[in-house]
Amino acid sequence: MSEWETVIGLEVHCQLATHSKIFSGAPTAYGAEPNSQACAVDLGMPGSLPMMNAGAVELAIRFGLAVGARVAERSVFERKNYFYPDLPKGYQISQYELPVVVGGGLNVRLDDGREKFVQLTRAHLEEDAGKSVHDAFHAETGVDLNRAGTPLLEIVSEPVLASASEAVAYLKTLHTLVRWLGVSDGNMQEGSFRCDANVSVRRAGEPLGTRAEIKNVNSFRFVEKAIDYEVERQIRLIEAGGTVVQETRLFDAHKGETRSMRGKESAHDYRYFPDPDLPPLLIASADIERARAAMPELPEARRQRYIDELGLPAYDASLLTADRNTSEFFEALSTAVPAQAKLCANWVLGEWLGALNANGLAPEQSPISAERLAGLLARIVDGSLSSKMGKQVFEALWLGDESADAVIERLGLKQVSDSSALAGVIDEIVAANPKQVEQYRGGNHKLLQFFVGQAMKATKGQANPAQLNELLQAKLAGA
Amino acid sequence: MSQDLDTVGGQLAALASGASTARALTERALARAAQAQNSLNALISSVGTEHALAAADAVDVNRAAGRAGALTGIPYAHKDLFCTAGVATTCGSRMLEHFVPPYSATVHQRIEDAGGVLIGKANMDEFAMGSSNEHSYFGPVHNPWDTTRVPGGSSGGSAALVAARVVPFATASDTGGSIRQPAALCGVTGIKPTYGRVSRWGMVAYASSLDQAGVIALNVEDCARVLDVMSGFDPRDATCTDRAKIDVDSALQRSLKGLRIGRPRQWFGAGIENGVGAAVEAAIAEYARQGASIVDVDLPSSDYAIAAYYVIAPAEASSNLSRFDGVRFGHRCADPKDLADLYRRSRSEGFGREVQKRILTGTYALSAGYYDAYYRRAQQVRRLIANDYARVFADVDVLAGPTSPTVAFKLGAKLADPLALYLADINTVGVNLAGLPAMSLPCGFSEGLPVGLQLVAPTWREDLLYSAGHGYQQVTEWHRAAPPTTSQ
Repeated sequence: MSEWETVIGLEVHCQLATHSKIFSGAPTAYGAEPNSQACAVDLGMPGSLPMMNAGAVELAIRFGLAVGARVAERSVFERKNYFYPDLPKGYQISQYELPVVVGGGLNVRLDDGREKFVQLTRAHLEEDAGKSVHDAFHAETGVDLNRAGTPLLEIVSEPVLASASEAVAYLKTLHTLVRWLGVSDGNMQEGSFRCDANVSVRRAGEPLGTRAEIKNVNSFRFVEKAIDYEVERQIRLIEAGGTVVQETRLFDAHKGETRSMRGKESAHDYRYFPDPDLPPLLIASADIERARAAMPELPEARRQRYIDELGLPAYDASLLTADRNTSEFFEALSTAVPAQAKLCANWVLGEWLGALNANGLAPEQSPISAERLAGLLARIVDGSLSSKMGKQVFEALWLGDESADAVIERLGLKQVSDSSALAGVIDEIVAANPKQVEQYRGGNHKLLQFFVGQAMKATKGQANPAQLNELLQAKLAGA
Repeated sequence: MSQDLDTVGGQLAALASGASTARALTERALARAAQAQNSLNALISSVGTEHALAAADAVDVNRAAGRAGALTGIPYAHKDLFCTAGVATTCGSRMLEHFVPPYSATVHQRIEDAGGVLIGKANMDEFAMGSSNEHSYFGPVHNPWDTTRVPGGSSGGSAALVAARVVPFATASDTGGSIRQPAALCGVTGIKPTYGRVSRWGMVAYASSLDQAGVIALNVEDCARVLDVMSGFDPRDATCTDRAKIDVDSALQRSLKGLRIGRPRQWFGAGIENGVGAAVEAAIAEYARQGASIVDVDLPSSDYAIAAYYVIAPAEASSNLSRFDGVRFGHRCADPKDLADLYRRSRSEGFGREVQKRILTGTYALSAGYYDAYYRRAQQVRRLIANDYARVFADVDVLAGPTSPTVAFKLGAKLADPLALYLADINTVGVNLAGLPAMSLPCGFSEGLPVGLQLVAPTWREDLLYSAGHGYQQVTEWHRAAPPTTSQ
């Protein structure tokens, strides 16, 4: 098998996060009653006309700039003609010869730690179709046009991915980016981020093999499974003397296999031509510059900054930039607690994300604001709290809306950092344990922990450990 | 001279003076419509007498309260492709026989807002495809000048209603000559504005890059007044342009003296009937007498206009008409076996032969392997045609020539010869391909049938058409000639 190479290109359909549809004013919200969110334009009523949603264009520009692509000053909407019950006009408005975003690419970190630059071919704006409902009526098919006219950005990669895991790594990077940019909510269950995979195999050094297109896969896991299955199928087929035919295949998640949709798609001639209802989309360079100026720091740049400037480990930096809201939380926290990046990272990735996950909450739903958590970390930094006490305070912060200081006050958790108070405790302990003092002074420095333990017991755990260590060492050194 | 109640201007004067009311004018229009219906078949979708009279009473109240708009109290008809909320909009097709839109065309909304009273909807070639109005599911329209002849098309119903003095104006649409050619054949005045002057929202599409709404009336001034109401920017049509309105009054006052008229040689080629040529030459001579200068010009790419038009228009139509699939609205066949059967039979039953022919032609022109040879090539020709016009308009204000090569022909005469029928548009389609404003106005008779003079102006220069057309109608009487069937 090792002489085989896999070549994969992905087409991602990414639903744009606009409130209204791409060519009408109807809302895009998910989950409404069938056909309650489709207006005359979405229904393709006679005499209705499409109007470009400027918000969708703005998001396309933002994406184009983020991937270093060329944003076309002039792009053209075309009609892709075919008949289907959930396609109301008998054509889909899309872009074909002249897309809005040309080229660009993404740096993707692969599972084995390598980095790979994945080139993009293009990204174009188009409208989504409606949905055929096969199970709602006996022996009849229903059509729900709520989704018709939903704005999509179709992001097409070059065929440069060499395995299912590379494909998934690319998809995850892209998924992070579009959510980061606010271009899409990326919700895969609702179909906001779905992908077609073009897969072919060849023997090393040979020209590209014939590809099969696996349609509409909407989870990272399924993409991996579908591609792995398809690669194996094609290799087995060729090794058995067969040939791969160019076709569209569907992934059956239950059986874990791809299945041919042969005969239907392959014969299609979509008769693309420029949509005469929509003038060419012209984007002024001023609009592009405005979008560039408003561009947030991108995840990759931010990750590098966390490593280079904040001194965070690469692992932490990656986790902190996997999601915009997590990263923004960390940004706010580390600004409020200066020069404590690692401490902040530990708390964000540990307690905070752990609590969110345990409660099934997204970062933006956190009951603790970065400011309140900063109040807690400030007490750890100034020595008032031990980490252990900090966790106790964190739980209280999570459940209520007090400040960290109020919780500390209420629970009487303040760590004893008063050196005169501690000095008294230490004097007593030293006096009470002459034998151990002698052994310590004789060179058994491990006994320091014994004295720490005694002091903690005496202060009910509220002694500042660092200060305690320091004072004990000085005392035992023979003052 | 008895009071003129046939024109928009005359009716407005009568309304303003209190000599008439919207109700009276509407009753008159309804009565004439009923009387003409058997011989002309010009109306297809009804708004209902009660409904029309109620609308008339409402605008009479408005006028009495001092809230009169530009058309308050004027009865009119729509070509039956303008969507009218709550009123059937058939496009002359079985496909939409029972279609009642829940929304109104911008054109309709604007005329209603100006106080117009809709009395009915005019017959037309199915989906505006045709030059004789014989391709209507509801039967042909007859020419009021000779009911054995066609009125022209596709706005044949609109032209016939105005010629028969049923209504003082009717809306129409022009994709390749569908306003100007029937206006010529029925002896009335029709204007097709610059592409983008009038919103297409709610006007059922034939060929989107060519379709433009306009108006048919008895004279240039009436056309100008009504078009003024219809036109203007509409945020619901991306091809509708935000341009300043034409100053109608000053355009109508301008003299013909010094007007530079181009006479395109290609418009007087083979196929122009002698009587038509003679009437048009006489009209041009009249312009010269009034002080206009006449110069021969060339539009060399005109020879390809018909060919380019019959690629582009059907290509767009094949896509525009895909939505009529029997799924959501329009005709649906009985007991479809499966999806393919639903599509095949609904469309075969719902569309007439001419529409099917153009859908097939257009589908072919857009197909893989033919796109470059047909559609792309036709678009190139289209640019050349537009360039021709731009070049000649450097030297002249308007172009003048015959609207139609022939007078109204006999019903059925060209049905067997589609190419001959397509050639009826030979002088009009280039204007649509170039997006220019153009007008047809009566300029005489040949064999007792009206002849139309076509005037064409540069884009956005409808004012030149108003000046040239109105100036001509100030010194001629052709536009006042009424067909014999209306003498009452």
